[in-house]
Amino acid sequence: MTDPRNAPKVELAFTVNGQPRKICAYPMERLLDVLRLELGLTGAKEGCGEGECGSCSVLMNGALVNSCLVPVSQAAGTEIVTIEDLAEGETLHVLQQAFLECGGAQCGICTPGMILAAAHLLKGTPEPTMEEIREGLSGNLCRCTGYSQIIEAVAEAARRRLGQDHDRMRTTA
Amino acid sequence: MNPDRIVGKSVPRKEGGDKVTGKSQYVDDMVLPNMIFGATVRSQIPRGRIKRITFGPGVAWDEFVVVSAKDIPGKNCIALIGEDQPCLASDFVNHPEEPILLLAHPDRHLLPKAVAAVAIEYELLPAIFTMEESEHRSQIIWGKDNIFKTFLIEKGDLAGVWEKADFIVEGEYATGAQEQLYIENNGMIAAFDAARGITVWGSLQCPYYIHKALMALCNLPAEKVRVVQMETGGAFGGKEDYPSMIAAHATLLAIKAGKPVKIVYDRLEDMVATTKRHPSRTRHRTAVGRDGKILGGEIDFTIDGGAYATLSSVVLSRGIIHAGGPYYWPSVRIRAKAVATNAPPHGAFRGFGAPQSLFAMERHMDRIAQAVGLSPVEIRHRNFLQPGQETTTQQVIREPIDLVKLLDRGLEASGYHAKKQSFAKQNQLGTHKRGMGIAAFLHGAGFTGSGERYLSSVVGVEGCADGSVRVLVSSTEFGQGTKTVLSQIAAEALGLPYESVSMAQPDTLEVPNSGPTVASRTAMVVGKLVQSAALGVAQTLISSGLLRAGYSADEFRAACQKHVAEHGPLHCWSRYEPPAGIFWDDQAYRGEAYAAFAWAVYIAEVTIDLTTFSVSVDDFVALQEVGKVLHPLLARGQIIGGVAQGIGFSLYEKVVWQNGRMQNGQMTNYIMPTSSDLPPIRVLFEELGNVHGAYGAKGIGELPMDGPAPAILNAVEDALGVGFDSVPLLPEDIMEGMDKRFLADPAGATSTGERR
Repeated sequence: MTDPRNAPKVELAFTVNGQPRKICAYPMERLLDVLRLELGLTGAKEGCGEGECGSCSVLMNGALVNSCLVPVSQAAGTEIVTIEDLAEGETLHVLQQAFLECGGAQCGICTPGMILAAAHLLKGTPEPTMEEIREGLSGNLCRCTGYSQIIEAVAEAARRRLGQDHDRMRTTA
Repeated sequence: MNPDRIVGKSVPRKEGGDKVTGKSQYVDDMVLPNMIFGATVRSQIPRGRIKRITFGPGVAWDEFVVVSAKDIPGKNCIALIGEDQPCLASDFVNHPEEPILLLAHPDRHLLPKAVAAVAIEYELLPAIFTMEESEHRSQIIWGKDNIFKTFLIEKGDLAGVWEKADFIVEGEYATGAQEQLYIENNGMIAAFDAARGITVWGSLQCPYYIHKALMALCNLPAEKVRVVQMETGGAFGGKEDYPSMIAAHATLLAIKAGKPVKIVYDRLEDMVATTKRHPSRTRHRTAVGRDGKILGGEIDFTIDGGAYATLSSVVLSRGIIHAGGPYYWPSVRIRAKAVATNAPPHGAFRGFGAPQSLFAMERHMDRIAQAVGLSPVEIRHRNFLQPGQETTTQQVIREPIDLVKLLDRGLEASGYHAKKQSFAKQNQLGTHKRGMGIAAFLHGAGFTGSGERYLSSVVGVEGCADGSVRVLVSSTEFGQGTKTVLSQIAAEALGLPYESVSMAQPDTLEVPNSGPTVASRTAMVVGKLVQSAALGVAQTLISSGLLRAGYSADEFRAACQKHVAEHGPLHCWSRYEPPAGIFWDDQAYRGEAYAAFAWAVYIAEVTIDLTTFSVSVDDFVALQEVGKVLHPLLARGQIIGGVAQGIGFSLYEKVVWQNGRMQNGQMTNYIMPTSSDLPPIRVLFEELGNVHGAYGAKGIGELPMDGPAPAILNAVEDALGVGFDSVPLLPEDIMEGMDKRFLADPAGATSTGERR
């Protein structure tokens, strides 16, 4: 880790999990550190610090990013979503529920990033094939599961989501 | 089966909700008031004498807490099996990542520059980096002969075997170092106050190993050292012994600073400085009859332990006991040794010596098949251990395992015979060669030999004031499902719902020493103790008259509440008792090595692209007998995850060494499999049960690491007609092997694959 303080602190505003936030930070501080240390959102984890493992994944304006590679100044004005925003109160997000039921979480350290990567995948590809899931999650490393039960969880979540959407369509019709 | 049973059901993972919501607290998520940050100054040379340490310019040194070996209150060692590894080097360094000084500062950004500004002058000493150099003893770097440990297993009489043999088959096999690569790096926080002593919180597998190490380091009594496990983001053996080092460092800084100190490694430091799987070399020389039966043999198993003894002796022990595989050896002599080199000490990694020696055995079995002219299936059929026969340590197989049937079931599931035939035809043309490979193996559960007796583990089960039940163990959860499975066992024993059992956080102030969380011992050995302690709680309530036999869950809760209200906390303890009739001779290395073995047959299907020489694993069948499967979902997850690590070990993960230092300590250049690299891994179980384990369980965690490497390399040979005997097997190795083969026999090489 190099010292990011080669420029003075600046005021930055962005939206985190739907809340407008103002912070004072060095422009080159990593978004990951700002989320974890300034905002107390420790769900994003540092696995490698160089964008290989994906355990620090968050959504920035809907794009999946490695927050260890994003200087916080680049996040100014954006909307950030972290794992902490996925469940609605006590009700788990369909992906979280599927990860639980299908054995998609073992040690749990890659899980927040993996679930966000899966959410990102399902947004663009609501009915992914197993191959598309494998490809879509290939930027997130997991050392415990061998991925199978993660992939099954994502497929299960996709099925349930579509089921819900269909139900809703039926109700509206 | 009773439909209300909890064991055998895939109940929700105890800590799963916190993991999927990001609420789980890992050590780096924890912040203490006034906490400062620590860093480690390490040797830059493989071997030498420290002449002078200078603190360079450009750093406000008076703001830093600096700790050297002189600040150690007790013994300068990381106490484990032996005490040879210093906590901080004072005069000599023996590997290029050896800790020398510790620095701490409230601003973590200032630490890298400060570490770099410490200049250390050395008198360089000659170093050794390979097992061969260590064996030649041109330099003695450890003890009198560079040897940490040797073992010898002898069975039957080898004299005369060589004359009787129709074939004598020889081979040499090698495996490389492998990084555990848990996604959470190692980390510890330590705090000290004179009244309470030391507390450390960290990412770890074995709270009581750290407890022991800190007592020796600080010269403190047991009650003044407290170790707490935080949620741990993967371990695989990699957090068995090195966390004691990091805890020691954080402790020394915390004592000197008078403030809590956090040390969290970044990926590079974690990869280059902490332990890896022992590299190995195995030589086989086997006497075989015309019918393909093994008459006898010699096996020589050597592992590279790195610079200090740490766990090498026990890794060696498991390696030598598994070296003969699941086969009957009428006579055998197995020599094993662990040697010293000037690299960071190698340590525990899932399988613990067995993946190394079993890789050699299973590659060698295919070589024997070729020599005799039998198929890989037939050679195994004819040599499998059968009930009533003795292993290499003369342990009699008492369970009704039928390995012929197990192998045949695996072959059928994989479509082995049909595929093998069709691949042989397809391989005559084209640049994609396909092959099938098998590995048959066994894995002993629990500590080796008398190990469990020495551990003498204790577990507790507590009846709580609210009528619920809490399991008290130092056995840790790091993804494998300890909390879930032990809760299931307690609930099953008490006839209570799974939800009414909770797990205490492993904290040495609260939980007894149930032994380290290693060696596939938790479900089997610790689980059995949990079962008996849980029954003790019910018995106490019944004998106090508060509960009747055949109670309901509500009655239990009411009785438990009443008992705690009247008599205070209700604890039942259970201590390990060695099963009757188990005999192990530590001197002769003979007897019952393990209370139970799990058995397995793995089958790999591969394609090699002769344009890139890359190997893809297209299908993988993992069939195993593991006693009773306590939690099908977790068990399947363990097997798939282990196979994935095994595929990494076989085809991807190469530690590049230079002068004892890992050169590729990043995820960018040390490559583990991603989700798009792995095949569907098909998991099948047989369940014979096991009288020594909780509800018939055997160990399961390490087993899946043993099979993939030999199955895959056997499949590669099947595809190419060229065999490879070391892992990792990278495309460049295959290219080189094919070139050699082409030069030796141009006609032969083109018949299996046209070189481009």
